[in-house]
Amino acid sequence: MTSLPLTRNIDLQRGPLAIGDYRRAGGYESVANMLRDLAPADVLELVKNSGLKGRGGAGFPTGLKWSFVPTGDGAPRTRYLVVNADEMEPGTFKDRLLLEGDPHLLLEGMLIAAYTIQASTAYIFLRGEYLTAEKRLRHAISEAKQDGLLGRNILGSGFDLEIILHTSAGRYICGEETALLNALEGKRANPRAKPPFPQVSGLWGKPTIVNNVETICNLRGIVEFGVDWYKGLGVGADAGTKLCGVSGRVKNPGCWELPLGTPIRELLEDRAGGMSDGYQLRAFLPGGGSTDFLLPEHLDLTLDYDVISKAGSRLATGTMIVLDDRTCPVGMVGNLMRFFSHESCGWCTPCRDGLPWVDDIFRRLERGDGRPADIQVLTDHVEYLGPGRTFCALAPGAMAPLGSALRHFRDDFEAHMAHHRNADDAGGCPWQR
Amino acid sequence: MSSADDIIIRSTAEGKRELTVAERAEIDHELTLYPDRRAVGLEALKIVQKHQGWVSDESLQAVADYLGMSAHDLDGVATFFNLLYRRPVGRKVILFCNSVSCWIMGCDRIKEHISTRLGIDFGETTVDEEYTLLPVPCLGDCDHAPVMLMDGQQHRNLTPELIDAMLDPPKVRGGDQ
Repeated sequence: MTSLPLTRNIDLQRGPLAIGDYRRAGGYESVANMLRDLAPADVLELVKNSGLKGRGGAGFPTGLKWSFVPTGDGAPRTRYLVVNADEMEPGTFKDRLLLEGDPHLLLEGMLIAAYTIQASTAYIFLRGEYLTAEKRLRHAISEAKQDGLLGRNILGSGFDLEIILHTSAGRYICGEETALLNALEGKRANPRAKPPFPQVSGLWGKPTIVNNVETICNLRGIVEFGVDWYKGLGVGADAGTKLCGVSGRVKNPGCWELPLGTPIRELLEDRAGGMSDGYQLRAFLPGGGSTDFLLPEHLDLTLDYDVISKAGSRLATGTMIVLDDRTCPVGMVGNLMRFFSHESCGWCTPCRDGLPWVDDIFRRLERGDGRPADIQVLTDHVEYLGPGRTFCALAPGAMAPLGSALRHFRDDFEAHMAHHRNADDAGGCPWQR
Repeated sequence: MSSADDIIIRSTAEGKRELTVAERAEIDHELTLYPDRRAVGLEALKIVQKHQGWVSDESLQAVADYLGMSAHDLDGVATFFNLLYRRPVGRKVILFCNSVSCWIMGCDRIKEHISTRLGIDFGETTVDEEYTLLPVPCLGDCDHAPVMLMDGQQHRNLTPELIDAMLDPPKVRGGDQ
């Protein structure tokens, strides 16, 4: 048993384990045992009971997601498993660690997921810039094929699985699961209308499960050591461990596997070493660029999905971005707005037109051209681009840091427009003067 | 097939080219991995770009013909993805991360240093056609910010000194003066 099921094999100094070493350390035994002893429905129950929630950002229960795949005699025979390895959320660097550090853990998890939904083809949708991950995944896939762990009649069970590595070519929107499916089909990566959900009609109209890399990497441990062990890993309400990262002006930025339920303070102060000398903590985004700012008073909250939600933000990717007291909060949010505006796919009007408008206001604030009505216009956008107003979650995600910044850093926004109150003031970013 | 088939951009008529043997072989391999020909469009364009450096109108048409789709349809895909280049680029493309963690860690200053040293802004290529500078969404290396990707290599914890050691200023064309 291990308390670090995701990173037990990872040592960045030596690179990933080759398949022989991986198997000697117990690797692929979960698959052998599963194929021998468990029916797909048994694995589904196991994953449902484990309490595993999706680690890509939304936190949706994984077993429940899988249970929507139609079963029985009338169900389509062809199903697909797709792994979302399109990690592009600003400030998020957790899946890279798994892809580069232990590619066989991902393949083993994919075997478990594909067996459960009875898919015989699985795609890994990898962002094009992750070149080291691409090389290591290709190598791992060929090793697994040679060992008879992929291909036809795996370990004599009658179960077949091909894993195909698809490398993408950019665009943040590909991380949205229906946009990802369009990209995989060779189309522009615009999101699809839901319903139908991919579990019913996904890739080429077939039932499809899309899961994040880290979600899939949790599966080996659940099958290997069971539900009680998995639930026991978490120290709060949620089960399992989570990769948690810290970036920004801290002494020791990085990514660690922690029990869910760990206090945020422990992540920031013990793991990341606290703030760099000369810098104070002003606020932080707890789970990547599309989460609401939290404040120093929230440091004793725990890394639990519900706890962070109750505080008005989201655990999301679990990778924290730290705002220090010497960085302009308006500039930081402006950077995020430029990102989201650039990455809008252009499909729906509120996002296509609203985000560039917001971006334009931030550019004007920065150079001292802010207008008195701008703060109200930004506040209106938070509502107009909020949840339920747009085709997908990109724009509402963008509004999370904006809306919370308008609440927490109102004085900083006002300071960018001091020229309206004081004729001697040139306006613009006070941090740049 | 003769080895002459493998040269870069073999024109058959003005504004037209055929895919090379190597390009076709790689595209044919991709076709075995997907149940639908058009699904290979993005991969095929990446293959052509790997061989030709960018995706010209002629390359786009050749891929569209080969996959049995309209060139306009394929161009809709080509122009959507930011790692497909529909204009010529330098021998090395600098994918410079300017997302939030790199911004906090001072990437704007590094970007200005690169721009000054190479004489190019985002979207531009040096006069000696050595470098093209492009912004890229978060490279997922935030604990080593600021970062950039060039020539398949991630460069981390960038400083002006590292940039100077890595990037040569554009060579001015030879001549008497």
